[in-house]
Amino acid sequence: MRVAVPVFPGSNCDHDALHACGVVMGWDTYPVWHQETRLPENTDLVFIPGGFSYGDYLRCGAIAALSPIMGDIRRHAENGGLVFGVCNGFQILCEAKMLPGALLRNESLRFIHQQVNIRVERADLPFTSAMKAGRMMKVPIAHAEGNFTLDASELMDLEARGGVAFRYCDAAGQIGETQTPNGAVNGIAGIVNAAGNVLGMMPHPERAVESEMGGMDGLGIFRSLAQSLAVTLAKP
Amino acid sequence: MKVRVLVSLKAGILDPQGKAVEQGLHGFDFKVEHLRIGRLIEMDIPTYNPDEARAQAQAMCDKLLVNPVMEKATIEVL
Repeated sequence: MRVAVPVFPGSNCDHDALHACGVVMGWDTYPVWHQETRLPENTDLVFIPGGFSYGDYLRCGAIAALSPIMGDIRRHAENGGLVFGVCNGFQILCEAKMLPGALLRNESLRFIHQQVNIRVERADLPFTSAMKAGRMMKVPIAHAEGNFTLDASELMDLEARGGVAFRYCDAAGQIGETQTPNGAVNGIAGIVNAAGNVLGMMPHPERAVESEMGGMDGLGIFRSLAQSLAVTLAKP
Repeated sequence: MKVRVLVSLKAGILDPQGKAVEQGLHGFDFKVEHLRIGRLIEMDIPTYNPDEARAQAQAMCDKLLVNPVMEKATIEVL
């Protein structure tokens, strides 16, 4: 299992991603500077980390989406490779048009950092297959621009094709406006592309993988990835 | 030619920043509503042909300056 973590100027969750994948999961994990044009050979997973790439200039993720490494990340995804974007990584994937929609300023205008509950909406993805649909995960969020939006017809398409992977919920699993911390439409916390191999989410599962972090629910995603890639890699 | 691109949020996209500023102005008893905040981008484009300058600016909007999910642009060639 080989993981590439692209690092942009202003990335600040790259070490969280490297730790979760490299130390906690024990995968071959490589930071890749954004000026590189090629991912390491045989990369299985690209983990685009959170942060403030390029100081959030113009729009969050807009400049990073143009970085040289993004060409090879796009090729990797087109060949069916897995791409996982967290927080700023999600914003970058939207700006790169690898995922639909955009992340607006939080409705409250504030930077929000807190533990939230999210509900697994799709348990048939390489990112979630070790969990059950409807399962709740307690994971942290830390963002000012996490208010996911999409125009009405695209939102209908996204929902119709089951593109929502995670929604914010309360401790009882209820979904609604009051359960959504940032104003995101339909309580959307994470989405997946139509092929199911590119996933973006605002919460940080990589910050919930050891008991010292205050929770280990994020492991559900990493274990799913381990399982699904073990199956893929075993195929001739 | 000098070109100005005004980037604003599309109708229907919530503008919490605009709302906060509007409320600030209400605090001074200004009667104001529907305040929206956008972004002004100015640049020089090396051509004397206004149509060419506008076409270039439009291409820049499509490629980078505007996110069509939430924003729209108005181009002024000065």
